[in-house]
Amino acid sequence: MTDLHRLTLSELSDGLKAKRFSSVEATRHFLTRIERHNKALNAFITVTGEQALADAAKADQSLAAGKGGPLTGLPMAHKDIFCTDGVLTTCASRMLSNFVAPYDATVVQRLKQAGMVMLGKTNMDEFAMGSSNETSWYGPVKNPWDLKKVPGGSSGGSAAAVAARLAPIATATDTGGSIRQPAALTSLTGIKPTYGRVSRYGMIAFASSLDQGGVLALSARDAAMMLQAMSGFDERDSTSVDAPVPDYCATLDQPLAGLKIGLVKEFFDKGLDAANDKLMRDALAVYEKLGAKLIDVSLPNLPLSVPTYYVVAPAECSSNLSRFDGVRFGYSCENPKDLMDLYTRSRGEGFGAEVKRRIMTGTYVLSAGYYDAYYLQAQKVRRLITDDFERAFKQVDVLMCPTSPTPAFDLGAKVDDPITMYLNDIYTIGANLAGLPAMSIPCGFLNNLPVGLQLIGGHFAEAKLLNAAHVFQRETEWHKKVPAAYE
Amino acid sequence: MSLDLKDVAGIAHLARLHVTQADLPVYANSLSKIMAMVEQLKAADTSKVEPMAHPLAGQVQRMRADAVTETDNHAKFQRNAPRTESGLYLVPKVIE
Repeated sequence: MTDLHRLTLSELSDGLKAKRFSSVEATRHFLTRIERHNKALNAFITVTGEQALADAAKADQSLAAGKGGPLTGLPMAHKDIFCTDGVLTTCASRMLSNFVAPYDATVVQRLKQAGMVMLGKTNMDEFAMGSSNETSWYGPVKNPWDLKKVPGGSSGGSAAAVAARLAPIATATDTGGSIRQPAALTSLTGIKPTYGRVSRYGMIAFASSLDQGGVLALSARDAAMMLQAMSGFDERDSTSVDAPVPDYCATLDQPLAGLKIGLVKEFFDKGLDAANDKLMRDALAVYEKLGAKLIDVSLPNLPLSVPTYYVVAPAECSSNLSRFDGVRFGYSCENPKDLMDLYTRSRGEGFGAEVKRRIMTGTYVLSAGYYDAYYLQAQKVRRLITDDFERAFKQVDVLMCPTSPTPAFDLGAKVDDPITMYLNDIYTIGANLAGLPAMSIPCGFLNNLPVGLQLIGGHFAEAKLLNAAHVFQRETEWHKKVPAAYE
Repeated sequence: MSLDLKDVAGIAHLARLHVTQADLPVYANSLSKIMAMVEQLKAADTSKVEPMAHPLAGQVQRMRADAVTETDNHAKFQRNAPRTESGLYLVPKVIE
């Protein structure tokens, strides 16, 4: 059993059913790989080996009794933003470096119930604020394609873990591109579902009107399998949508003849470099060959998505993170001289520089005298952007554009310049502002570094996106490429 | 839009964040850059636009029956607290 990490999640599922190997064997195999490679990659903050082997043994019993579902016994990793009962849950912050969650997030509970085996908790940007995984209190994550490069962020640990085959699949979250951009930079398939599709209960909040949980996987089929179990109404999330979840795997192979693909004019303009543009055109040609029609569409307000986001997200962040007070849980400073000192030093010492920058930006745009000019104006532009998308989806079924302006960049290259870092998310933020489902799928390489194609759908069009991604993956091999050191 | 050290100190106070003297100019610089980028929003004509607070139109907050649904996990939750005594959270003296 030396090659189990070469299998996709669905192949592992088939192997377990056919009794070619057990869940304990598969789990042990991935734990061994984590032990061997994690030091260099820094993809995991916590590894829960003992619990994983116990859960795998239980899964094997279920499978032997013929009781298992499609996910029973399959190993996975959780981004360390999801609360896991009895397990350290840090959000990659010093603030929560001692926090043992007292309950399971709904996503964690559902995947546990489906019989999946958690290998551990993955590294990320602190409180999911970052696009390079360099803001983590636990240190940066390295890109398995080149250890000198960033893996993207904020779900960089999940991306590196799956790309290096330390886990066959992982959960992730996306507030401004935190699933799709790491997927693009590490050659994975990533999906951020519609806002409200996956419960946010127990998912530590950054910007509540934008945050959405999703999946980083090796294929669209794998993503469909796990997203199925994560999706659906949850009483405990007040923004959870009470609507039936279609069978995502059932429609994966639907033919794409007649599919109307909108090319976002604003994103195929001057900002996109020629080599990246060429890869996009090649990928779009595959879709044309499959019978899809390419239609140019314009979303004139979309270029304002970065400034809109950097008002709305910090505003919500400053409000959400006010709960960290050094009193009830989390980091608390030594010898506070009074209550104000307890608050300000616990927060000043517990949060990293980027988190503090965003809390202060948010505090400023919400403060008296600036609220109308910044926050309210951003909320209005958010509607203009959303209306642009709505108009586009009257003409087309799916929008396509690049996921990221460049492939993975050097560690340290952008860490001192927040604006350059923020502009990384220029292609991804729009979907969050409008609450739309979106994916990134591998579509080629530039200078030996992976590049992703982004697919954006109308509200609750996850099945259509997964279908379009899967059919593309039947025709191409990009998603099967493995970084040489991890084959 | 440029923020000076006094502005940043004021914002840090409102946000209950201790920022060292050495860090104030660093934040003044980056927050000024962020606010300059955000200035782009002023160019958009929003005179007839309703602000949007939530991405799904027509969603209403649900009501639930006024019944007890949670069990008492006080002791478990308090295990994460830095300072407690007799089931209470301890803070520095507030009233002299």
